[in-house]
Amino acid sequence: MKLLNISSPHATRPGTTGGVMQQVLLAMLPGIAALTYFFGMGHIIQIALAVIVAVGAEAAVLYIRKKPIGFFLKDYSAVVTAVLLALALPPLTPWWITIVATLFAIVVAKHLYGGLGQNPFNPAMIGFALVLISFPVPMTTSWTAPTPILENAIGFSDAVTLIFSQRETIDAYTMATPLDLYKHKVAVATADEITLDPIFGSGIALGWEWVNIAFLIGGLYLLWRKIFTWHIPVSYLAALTACSILFGWDSDRFVPTSLHILAGATMLGAFFIATDPVTASTTPLGKLIYGAGIGLFIYVIRAWGTYPDAIAFAVLLMNFAAPFIDQYTQPRTYGHAKAKRGLPGKE
Amino acid sequence: MTPVLIAVLALVGLSIVFGGILGFAAIRFKVEGNPVVEQIDALLPQTQCGQCSYPGCRPYAEAIANGEEKINKCPPGGESTIHAIADLLGVEPEPLDAEHGEEKESKMVAVIREDECIGCTKCIQACPVDAILGAAKQMHTVIEDECTGCDLCLDPCPVDCIDMVPVATTLQSWHWEAPKAFDPATNHQIIATDRGQAA
Amino acid sequence: MSLLHFELHDFRGGIHPEEHKHQSTELPIASAGIPSVIVLPIGQHIGAPSSPVVKIGDKVLKGQIIAEPQGFVSTALHAPTSGTISAIEPRPIPHASGMSDLCIEITPDGEDTWIEHHGVKDYLDTAPAELVNIIQHSGVAGLGGAGFPSHIKLNAPAEKITTLIINAAECEPYITADDMLMREHADQVIKGIEILVHILNPDRCLIGVEDNKPEAINALNKAMGTTRDDTHKIHVVPVPTKYPSGGEKQLIQILTGKEVPAGGIPADIGVVCQNIGTAHAIHNAVVLGQPLVSRITTVTGKACAQPRNYQTLLGTPISHLLKLAGVDHNQMNRLIMGGPMMGFTLQSEDIPIIKTTNCILAANHEELPNPELAQPCIRCGMCTEACPAQLLPQQLYWFAKSSNLEQVEAHNIADCIECGACSYVCPSNIPLVQYYRFAKGEIRQANADKIKSDRAKERFETRLARQEREAAEKEAKRKARAEAAAKKQAEKKAAAEASGASTNTDSSSTTSSTEAPLPDMALLQKKLDAAKTAVEKSKEKLAAAEAEGSDKAELFKNAVEKSQQKMKDAAKAIADARKQMKASENTSSSHANEKGDPNTPERLKNKLELAESRLTTAEERLAAAQAENSDKVDAYMTAVNAQKERVQAAKDALNSVLANSNTPPINETASVAKPSPNIEQLEQKVRAAQTRVDKASERLEMAKAQGMDTIDALQLGLDKQKSKLADAKKQLEEAQS
Ligand code: SF4
Ligand code: SF4
Ligand code: SF4
Ligand code: SF4
Repeated sequence: MKLLNISSPHATRPGTTGGVMQQVLLAMLPGIAALTYFFGMGHIIQIALAVIVAVGAEAAVLYIRKKPIGFFLKDYSAVVTAVLLALALPPLTPWWITIVATLFAIVVAKHLYGGLGQNPFNPAMIGFALVLISFPVPMTTSWTAPTPILENAIGFSDAVTLIFSQRETIDAYTMATPLDLYKHKVAVATADEITLDPIFGSGIALGWEWVNIAFLIGGLYLLWRKIFTWHIPVSYLAALTACSILFGWDSDRFVPTSLHILAGATMLGAFFIATDPVTASTTPLGKLIYGAGIGLFIYVIRAWGTYPDAIAFAVLLMNFAAPFIDQYTQPRTYGHAKAKRGLPGKE
Repeated sequence: MTPVLIAVLALVGLSIVFGGILGFAAIRFKVEGNPVVEQIDALLPQTQCGQCSYPGCRPYAEAIANGEEKINKCPPGGESTIHAIADLLGVEPEPLDAEHGEEKESKMVAVIREDECIGCTKCIQACPVDAILGAAKQMHTVIEDECTGCDLCLDPCPVDCIDMVPVATTLQSWHWEAPKAFDPATNHQIIATDRGQAA
Repeated sequence: MSLLHFELHDFRGGIHPEEHKHQSTELPIASAGIPSVIVLPIGQHIGAPSSPVVKIGDKVLKGQIIAEPQGFVSTALHAPTSGTISAIEPRPIPHASGMSDLCIEITPDGEDTWIEHHGVKDYLDTAPAELVNIIQHSGVAGLGGAGFPSHIKLNAPAEKITTLIINAAECEPYITADDMLMREHADQVIKGIEILVHILNPDRCLIGVEDNKPEAINALNKAMGTTRDDTHKIHVVPVPTKYPSGGEKQLIQILTGKEVPAGGIPADIGVVCQNIGTAHAIHNAVVLGQPLVSRITTVTGKACAQPRNYQTLLGTPISHLLKLAGVDHNQMNRLIMGGPMMGFTLQSEDIPIIKTTNCILAANHEELPNPELAQPCIRCGMCTEACPAQLLPQQLYWFAKSSNLEQVEAHNIADCIECGACSYVCPSNIPLVQYYRFAKGEIRQANADKIKSDRAKERFETRLARQEREAAEKEAKRKARAEAAAKKQAEKKAAAEASGASTNTDSSSTTSSTEAPLPDMALLQKKLDAAKTAVEKSKEKLAAAEAEGSDKAELFKNAVEKSQQKMKDAAKAIADARKQMKASENTSSSHANEKGDPNTPERLKNKLELAESRLTTAEERLAAAQAENSDKVDAYMTAVNAQKERVQAAKDALNSVLANSNTPPINETASVAKPSPNIEQLEQKVRAAQTRVDKASERLEMAKAQGMDTIDALQLGLDKQKSKLADAKKQLEEAQS
């Protein structure tokens, strides 16, 4: 009889990394549902496309790297990356852009850096940033208008045609996002005039508010399941709110706070992108700084940059900083009077 | 002036300024003596075996510090020493130069088969760290704690009565290994291995 | 008395693993009985192992001391039952490595006869020091985990102890030994705690019990009613159930809010922590006079038909307990000593129960399935949340995996208590703790290597310095000899001239020979003077150092001794030179003549002798090689032949010289000169021996100065050399007289 000889602890909490990723996917469902309800079937197709490409690419890379394919596919990380990317892309993004972005995310941003856990940058955001920079026109003109102001909702077949072939008729369905619109109009109009636009609906931003609330609900679910801690979302949202209040108190001149929080990909970013553990800071204090940094950059880019939304760039910028933040924010270990901070030997 | 010219001038100006700063720093913060030798010497294993073709670790350290020698010639130190020195000097680590010998699996110590020793004192003269005890025509012994496992006493011994044996693990020195990919004893796998490897 | 409300302080992190405690608390503690054999490792505690004081075949009684403590951080070992010592040899011991160590085996006689013993009834009136002494000699070591000898924590701590903490948290899943102890022996436990309070006299004593043991808490509170302690210092404090609240540092934090400083001990913050089982053992030792010979061990796990706690004799093989608990070997997949969080797996059932064994967990596949394959770390931070030491386990893992020891240390791996909370929560199932243990071991190894390599470096440098010095000395000698030779040459010339003139041959030769060594003498005299001043100076320095109480005094002393030695040498050299002078006075100039000619019969004879002795050695070796049938026979054969030839050549040369110049004057010279070179040889021998003694003593001193453990060996070498020196001196004296 052979007895197992391994180091303690012998008891472990059941669950795997794949399980964690599945929870994340589950938490995204309300958001996906809201997006689909308000912006048509485009996202569903994008998700399907991205997931297929991502899993295929992952398997291929694993094969080339001589890694056990089944074992690594089970961690669902490629699926999560693909879904996040698809959600960030405009619903009517042409299919080849989605493929390029996904391939780049999986092959370059993830595996060239060593695979899961070793990538310094959020793969989904790298993929998104790449296509945003490379193909700015289709990327900024592919957001569908909210369904309620369209004559008829974008059904499955409509979406398929629009994404895969007939780009000519696309203008009938698309519209700038509220954030973009407000920013461009604020120079020439007052707040009241701007919000007359049907895209803002009767509330803050038609459809967007519900999408954001749906992602918020999913995020709260993950918090409750202790998949991540409160630090990053809270400091992220706090920083964004603070900035927008500080600069945007005058909604006649700046995008108002409510729009910053509830339009665009704010909540998706707060709970699903910024919290990507691999690329985020890991110390408690570091997470606060990291989240706040993202919030700050989002505001800066949205307010003074040329891109309509800024989650991707803000996250990538802070990804850069995460290792340094970690080095300088190590917690105080039990029994130590002071925390050790900075690089070893350079105290 | 064309923009190109301006750019070139600006770059030249910048490089002069920074060059000046660097030059000044080099003079102002010059370190006395040559602590690099000390630092390198501190990283070498001090086996004093001469496998690097220098008569001891310090001469080798000096040669490295003077840029006369590559950093990959010390077999007892092996990869870890090469990496440490590469780190220190900010150069690329190179694989161990096989010409000088290979890194040993485990630490060794010399043991004299005492009933065969004829007491010729040759090994005493060879031992770089005075780890062998004995007098002429008397049996000789190695002080295990002091022996660096340099092999230098093996050759001089006219009756070949010195053995190199691996240092035994004791209860005090035992420690857990890093998790192995595969534990053949229990047929149990802990870490996923690459396809095609033992799995 | 006990329902006082304490402000509890939570510790960071922690986990709530499934408890699995009820299985083994259903039945009361049972006796495990006397096994057929008892095996006692001599190192059951932290610190120096005790040393056996029994021999094989000795009859021992229960409670008889069988191994004495070695030094302060050590404790005694007693026979757990009466019987015969049947072996003292290395056996596998309970250790994660599965290695062996010296064990004493007792074959019980089944009588279980106690040795005569008596307790201290009025322990509260006994001097604490005496009680501590009893505790040490009763072999009490921490029964909770590490097995730290208990008397050390009780021995007059430097700081005032404000809080005595009794650790009864027992936070690990499955283990119920302390729980059952409290339920069934609360009175004795409380008495033991009273003794501890009496010894340490703290301001308060807190018994920390996790609130998942209400029966135990009740029992303790009831027992407190009967306590003689009227100071109301002792309180039972239920603490929230959370692993690892029973970690010493964590329990201290919960109860006092203070943290044990890194690298420090609880006494640094005025706290002493003892396990509740230890308190019970102390009660037995003091009140009953019974040394620690048994303990309560939980035998549990799904492979057991009936999990239960057993009062077990130390040294009982685990197989005995497993049989009692009805373990199904087909089910058992993992056998763990200790709990599922910090225990270690065993490879054999013959391993004995020792003082620290609180639990044997025979787990089946279902409750402790084989670990899943480790997935990559996704830096999810769950481990950081769980770590009670506020470390960053994922960073530690990252650096440990890549053997980046510097960074691991910078991330305070030393403060990791190896509680396993991080591994427990890790969704990627990474064996984190094993990586930390590996890294800690590597760091320890690296530090040891560093010390060793520093010492090697030092020794190497000393050796180089010595070789240089010797080379310089040799060079000086060579020069002196060359000068002397030149002088002699001159003398010879002078003598030849003198003899050519055929006037006053005697006087001239006398003068020249007396003059010759003179410069030598001056040199030696100078050396002596220099040595004397050196001694003086060193002595002064030594006095100064001693006055200052400097730690260099030792060094200076060595220096003084060395210079004294030098002075003596110099003096001796002068004496030698004088003797030589006399000798050369006695011999005529033909003596010098003889030295110059390599072909004197004298030399040739020497050569012959040398060749002959070499031949003998070679022949001996050849014979040995032949006997062993070694493949060196051929080589030796050639060597022997070569030697033979050489001997022959030497013989021929000698004969021819003797034949050629068989003239009386030379013969006479030889006979006259003979005693002189002989004495010279002997003198040389003495000098050589002297240098060897010097070298050896130098080495010895160095070793002593560095407190190295090779002193003994070196001393031996020195002694041998000294005796040789004495021999040589005696020979010299004989030759001279
Ligand atoms: S090869 Fe030997 S002598 Fe040379 S540096 Fe390495 S240990 Fe020292
Ligand atoms: S060289 Fe060999 S034979 Fe000579 S003293 Fe050393 S061990 Fe003995
Ligand atoms: S719990 Fe495991 S996967 Fe998560 S950060 Fe820690 S080591 Fe990595
Ligand atoms: S084992 Fe070490 S690193 Fe892991 S949780 Fe415990 S103390 Fe922290």
